Amino acid sequence: MKIRFWGVRGSIPSPGPNTVKYGGNTTCIEIRTDDNELIILDAGTGIFALSQALLKEMPVAANVFITHTHWDHIQGLPFFIPIFIPGNTLRLHGAFDPVSGRGIEQIMEVQLQYSYFPVREAEMKAKIEYETLMPGQSVQIGSATITPTLLNHPVINFGYRIDCNGKSVFFTGDHEPYYNIYAPGDEGYEEYRMLIEDKEKSIIEAMRGVDVLIADSSYTTGEYPSKKGWGHGTFDSSIAMAKKAGARIVYCTHHEPTRNDEALEREFEKVLALHPREGCGPECRLAREGEEIEI
Amino acid sequence: MNQISPELAKKLTLAVEKMPAFPKSVQKILELTRNLDCEPKQLVQVIEKDPVMTVKILRVLNSAYYNLPSKITSVNHSVVFLGFNTIKNLALSIASVGILPKYNAAGFDIQHYLLHSLTTAGIAKSLAGKLGGADPMDCYIAGLLHDFGKVVFAQFMPDEFNQAMQKSRSENISLHVAESQVIGVDHTVVGSMLAEKWQFPQTLIDCIRNHHSADSGEGGMWASVYAANQISKKLSFGDSGNPCIETLPPAVCNYFGGDIDEIIASLRDLPKIVEEAQLFSQVGADA
Repeated sequence: MKIRFWGVRGSIPSPGPNTVKYGGNTTCIEIRTDDNELIILDAGTGIFALSQALLKEMPVAANVFITHTHWDHIQGLPFFIPIFIPGNTLRLHGAFDPVSGRGIEQIMEVQLQYSYFPVREAEMKAKIEYETLMPGQSVQIGSATITPTLLNHPVINFGYRIDCNGKSVFFTGDHEPYYNIYAPGDEGYEEYRMLIEDKEKSIIEAMRGVDVLIADSSYTTGEYPSKKGWGHGTFDSSIAMAKKAGARIVYCTHHEPTRNDEALEREFEKVLALHPREGCGPECRLAREGEEIEI
Repeated sequence: MNQISPELAKKLTLAVEKMPAFPKSVQKILELTRNLDCEPKQLVQVIEKDPVMTVKILRVLNSAYYNLPSKITSVNHSVVFLGFNTIKNLALSIASVGILPKYNAAGFDIQHYLLHSLTTAGIAKSLAGKLGGADPMDCYIAGLLHDFGKVVFAQFMPDEFNQAMQKSRSENISLHVAESQVIGVDHTVVGSMLAEKWQFPQTLIDCIRNHHSADSGEGGMWASVYAANQISKKLSFGDSGNPCIETLPPAVCNYFGGDIDEIIASLRDLPKIVEEAQLFSQVGADA
């Protein structure tokens, strides 16, 4: 299995001289199975460059899995060039949104409204298909099995585990570790604590033993208190998750848009100093646009 | 009789989708959500006091879309699973439907109904706390929703429900009996049918179905809700539209080791339960 990062930035694209090394595009990860099936995790602005690379291998059958529908994870979709070319297939997967009462089919529709984009979906030449997924229910893409898990973000967010011929990767999308909404001593505190404990256990099980964990690590632990409830994790929370799940490598991603390359490396150095690698514990890396690994 | 026709089941299920919530919770939700730093626990407390908000949120959570390993009756649970912002926006969309009118064509006072439901919920929770074995919060939710069928009748079959209430009063028969005679089906059947459609846990469905049934009910949750309902009526907390207070069946008394008066005497937190319920239902001296 091959993994390539096409976008690692959180929230908003952040191009410019200060983000050249790690990249300014928002979330998009390409996965190739051993049989070269194409799985794309999220369609942030990084998907545009990926789509250009794909023009060399048409017809394209792209299996896109959307973690959640916030802009930085879907914004590149109308610029996924293969959708304008006949013979290609785009199959979009994602969660049901209980607030709008709609499945994943709404992500194209909202972006392709007349006022916001010049081309209508009916005018796109590729075959576009939608599949709304349920948590815990796996789908098969060729030799790969993809399993969604409900995580914690201000909109429904799926983490995806991809298993293929004994290799595995888990991508969180955006995820904030659960916290108790009650204070110790409140009537609901204990009930809520137990609910969180159960949920955390089930998440760790979902990512158990993966070769690669790619996790939302937007903030430092110091920054987190003022961002609580925004739906993002920290470097420390991602590493802790990787340790619990027994992941081999953890990639920290969703880099804060205001954090330049130098600051990102500086903060990451501090985190690594606090979490020296123990025995066969996870190796911690910063996700970088353009980086590819094979597992 | 007392079976619901597929047509009526469909009509009522669709109708409930558009049903607005209670005035106080709508007002509180709008107030709380104007603040970006709205405290999750405050919002949960509001949702848990409104039968309409509660069923609508539990319905989403228990729907096939989320394929949860077990059925859920707790609003806290819904926050853990779907996330606070999603619950907040669900509550807002329910609030935007409007508010249940205080005066409906059935002449059924929804604020007194709410006071009855909230006190039944609070008492059921307190009783479950004494028993062990039954989850107090599950009993609270069962108490809150036990009469949901009545508010559905009042909203969507007001003439028939009004006749049933009149019959219950004039003949001094229990309202569920009068409903069966007039409508052909009573509120326990409609309430449990909806709970089943929404894929609520079986214990909750059974509890709604059997809260007037001395023979079919069983378990600590059933006993707690059965007793709480009669206690709330006996102490005239609000009005469920039913003038009759039923004698507690021996099976219920056995759970609590006494008759209704002895159970009431053992409820030390009753004043607090009533005070909170009055404040929220906007009924009572201090409301």
